[in-house]
Amino acid sequence: MMTEDPKHQDIHEYLAEFEDIPGTRVYTAARARKGYHMNQFAMSLMKDENRTRFKADERAYMDEWPLTEDQKLALLARDYNRCLDLGGNVYFLSKLFSTDGIPFAEAVSTMTGMSFPEYREMMMNGGRSPEGQRSIREKR
Amino acid sequence: MMARITAGVASSHVPLLGVASDFNKDRDEYFGPIFAGYDWTREWEKAEKPDVIILVYNDHASAFDMKIIPTFAIGCGERYKSADEGWGPRAVPDVEGHPDLAWHIAQSLVLDEFDMTIINEMDVDHGLTVPLSMMFGKPDAWPCKVVPLAVNVVTYPPPSGNRCWALGEAIKKAVESFPEDLNVQIWGTGGMSHQLQGPRAGLINKEWDNMFLDGLVGESDHLRRIPHIEYLRETGSEGIEMVMWLVMRGALGKKTRALHRHYHVTCSNTAIGHMVLRPDNGEGLDMTGSDTVTAIAAE
Repeated sequence: MMTEDPKHQDIHEYLAEFEDIPGTRVYTAARARKGYHMNQFAMSLMKDENRTRFKADERAYMDEWPLTEDQKLALLARDYNRCLDLGGNVYFLSKLFSTDGIPFAEAVSTMTGMSFPEYREMMMNGGRSPEGQRSIREKR
Repeated sequence: MMARITAGVASSHVPLLGVASDFNKDRDEYFGPIFAGYDWTREWEKAEKPDVIILVYNDHASAFDMKIIPTFAIGCGERYKSADEGWGPRAVPDVEGHPDLAWHIAQSLVLDEFDMTIINEMDVDHGLTVPLSMMFGKPDAWPCKVVPLAVNVVTYPPPSGNRCWALGEAIKKAVESFPEDLNVQIWGTGGMSHQLQGPRAGLINKEWDNMFLDGLVGESDHLRRIPHIEYLRETGSEGIEMVMWLVMRGALGKKTRALHRHYHVTCSNTAIGHMVLRPDNGEGLDMTGSDTVTAIAAE
């Protein structure tokens, strides 16, 4: 177990380490800034009237928000890895999962390259092993 | 007589457990083994009869959006309703607050240099209501009052494990200076290993989770020094929620002993962990003989 003294943690080193984790986008301040409007857009889907308007015309609803074209395309395609790259956070994006009426785990599975049945099977069998998934640099 | 913290409870707060409870699936083949691990605790809670729970949890884009991100926030309101998380609010009782105790804790914490955000009105999501269902089942009203304590574990950086532990220590001090005879429990919720995003989603680390459970018992405080990067690497991006368990642990004093322990892999995307701890510093808190019952049940 690592036992660094958090009192001496340098913010640049702290953030740099996140880039070494395979298949993971940590929701940093940089991502939170980039994705601010995307996450607030997703939050708006908590209201039934907004869900109805969004479903009627997704593009028109999103055009009311200051989203980038890339963000709109990623959302229209339900390309959630791309949404994460563009600053989305999964707890906010989950408002879109429920608008689409799909289980959280199914939406999660689309980010893994596995089908939902394959993903579910993996989770039933104890989940993804951390072996080889901890660090890109250290290959562990 | 003053208020006192008599026990600590740790539990995952997976939303699907709330669904299972609300739609009576909690004893089926899938959920049965998970809920069975809480049966002991439900009986124990009936004997313990806590007056108030300080419930440490995180909001999942329900009461807070990206407009305001409090690191530590304490609910000082009279009453909280179940949040609509996109599927309609859970059909669970309203949560009754304890404004007098909450404001007392808030004031004491600020004097103790924890600069708390005060919340007077909010809805509470699965992070808070699922643990209540797990520990109390399906009553018409929750059997005790709740002081919600929300921690930011979504936007980085969340507070360090060390800071969470120290907050727990300050909460203990605050509770013990509240001049009313109150039986107070503190619950730490969230975790254990899980990752809900990206190609690495689905990560589960039984070995690490159990090391963490071991570390909550006894005198050691090594868990408070685990850096964020270790949670991220070992337990997935959402495993960081376990820092909230350290607020609970910090509030139990130097030494604890385990009354009950449950671990189950998996529920949906998440490893379920649950533990009941008693402060063990000569307080003599076994009021009902339930600790002995535990020892028997655990065998």
